[in-house]
Amino acid sequence: MTQIPLVQISHLEKTFTKDKGIFSPFRFNKGKFQRQQESVYALNGVNLTILKGETLCVVGETGCGKSTLARTLMGLTPPTSGEIHYLNDRIDHLDDNQRLLYRRRMQMVFQNPYASLNPRMTVYQTLREAISFHNPQMKRRNIDEKIEGLLNSVGLYADAMDRYPHEFSGGQRQRISLARALSVEPEFIVADEPLAALDVSVQAQVLNLMMDKQEEQDLTYLFITHDLAVVEHFATRVAVMYLGKVCELASRETLFSAPKHPYTKALLSAIPRLDTNAPELIRLSGEVPTPMEKPIGCVFQARCPDATPRCFSEPPIMKKQKDGSSIACHVHEEDQTS
Amino acid sequence: MIGHKHTDFTHPSHSSRLHHIWTGVIGDKLAIMVCAAFIFYCVVGMLAPLIAPYDVNSPDFVDLLNAEIAPYWISADERFLLGTDSQGRDLLSIILYGTRLSLTIGILAVAIQALIGICLGLISGYVGGRLDNFLMRFADVQLSFSTIMTAIVFLALFQTAFGINVYEDLAMFMLILVIGLAEWPLFARTVRASVLAEKQKEYVDAARIMGISKTRIMFRHILPNTLTPVLVIFTIQIANAIIAEAALSFLGLGMPSTDPSLGALISSGFRYLFSGAWWICVIPSVALIGLILVMNLLGDWLRDYLNPRTYKH
Repeated sequence: MTQIPLVQISHLEKTFTKDKGIFSPFRFNKGKFQRQQESVYALNGVNLTILKGETLCVVGETGCGKSTLARTLMGLTPPTSGEIHYLNDRIDHLDDNQRLLYRRRMQMVFQNPYASLNPRMTVYQTLREAISFHNPQMKRRNIDEKIEGLLNSVGLYADAMDRYPHEFSGGQRQRISLARALSVEPEFIVADEPLAALDVSVQAQVLNLMMDKQEEQDLTYLFITHDLAVVEHFATRVAVMYLGKVCELASRETLFSAPKHPYTKALLSAIPRLDTNAPELIRLSGEVPTPMEKPIGCVFQARCPDATPRCFSEPPIMKKQKDGSSIACHVHEEDQTS
Repeated sequence: MIGHKHTDFTHPSHSSRLHHIWTGVIGDKLAIMVCAAFIFYCVVGMLAPLIAPYDVNSPDFVDLLNAEIAPYWISADERFLLGTDSQGRDLLSIILYGTRLSLTIGILAVAIQALIGICLGLISGYVGGRLDNFLMRFADVQLSFSTIMTAIVFLALFQTAFGINVYEDLAMFMLILVIGLAEWPLFARTVRASVLAEKQKEYVDAARIMGISKTRIMFRHILPNTLTPVLVIFTIQIANAIIAEAALSFLGLGMPSTDPSLGALISSGFRYLFSGAWWICVIPSVALIGLILVMNLLGDWLRDYLNPRTYKH
């Protein structure tokens, strides 16, 4: 199977500047006015390639830049630097009109099903807006048929059309969100923690629905989550993020059987298991540092159990391993060479 | 396993939802009363030329011989149900016309406020940045002048510049314009605050990802979600506009005494209050207070009525 890279993200950086006032950057300090701006470094050079037809899961703690990655990818926030390529076209610098071509090829499913549907629009209106916007010549009757088909395909009856979102449960709303994303027949769907707000039993339904759709329509997913059980069930490849950087990228099997980055090891050891041969729990000390200062060296230095002086001075880069995964870690690299 | 189709219960169809709202209205006694009173005021205002016992435009309408006749239940004069004013005009007829004028001025002035306020508030909240700063500071400056003060200065200048005759012809338009332009910041601020909250929500992002234009997102997606507070303000502002008009008329800067609104009537009756002819002042006041109370109650009730969550099962 030849693998075509669908989306390529290279050196993507996103910095949020804290103060936007005219005077606030100037601080009075020791008799001098100084200009200073506080920034949050949400993404610090992310490199990722998403292959056609795969499910790339992005995992990481809250605040590590997962959602920022999704929003930047979809063009909701402009990146500070770096490039995003869709097939062969660069898309990160496009304005709204130029981006329109890619809108129907890339869609997104959001985290909160209670906020991602307009409460004042019926399901029919929501879906019709999307369909008729991208197919202006489509006849009313065809649109109606298409909406009915879409709702059936996500497991809802057609009489759901004339209802408002508040009349549905969380799982049903997430299906409607998925139906909206599918309504323009995309090939790539970014799902930003679509299961986080749902019950476990409903999570499974929505997840299975997403897998069925992937098989039917040859979709590619970028699936953001912090639930490793979902990753184990669903992913083709997994990217582990920490503080705005990808620290390990591996296929699902490799990641779960042989995690290499100390952070990944800690994450995996934190999954509650019923079987007895669980690896020893690795306890990380300290909190996730706030990404207010660009760290020198490795982003994980402060909490890493194996950190060496090199980790504090030099940022590790992603290196391909023998088993196909790639990680960014000095310690692991040194272990291999020695 | 995905077929999570529910057959065990049925949701209400569109028509049964309307029925549900209707039964909700019927069930709420206050709602019926307020609606009835509002419709009554509107009908009375619209049909004033038909139901008024006298034609206010005919030259016979003013007859000083009939001046200050007490209401029917005191004077037993069958010609004038609510008595007459100091110029011998039938009080019932001029109150009907006055109500019509007050309501028209109130509604049109608030329509201007709402139009300007909603548009500027939406743009300010959605676009943000410098434009937002500029518009909101401008609104702050305008709010720091009281409406009545601005109106007094403006109307007084207009009166002296163009003369009293021109003013009396244009009084109604001037009042609508002045009250309308003076209070738009109230709408703009409310809408902006709601827009700031709404534009964070994911459905706006979803619409942006669909590629839907900014204008359409603002007016089709965000605006309907900000209308609940706007409608409440709308009705309460009508009450305020009527009060402002009455106050200006009372001060002699509103409607002329030949074409009086309720405020102008109260003003002219006020001078006779202590000479025994209390009805010239009190009856229009009751009409005005009733109108304002109805508008305020209507605002409260609309807030509940227009919320889609209230007809949840």
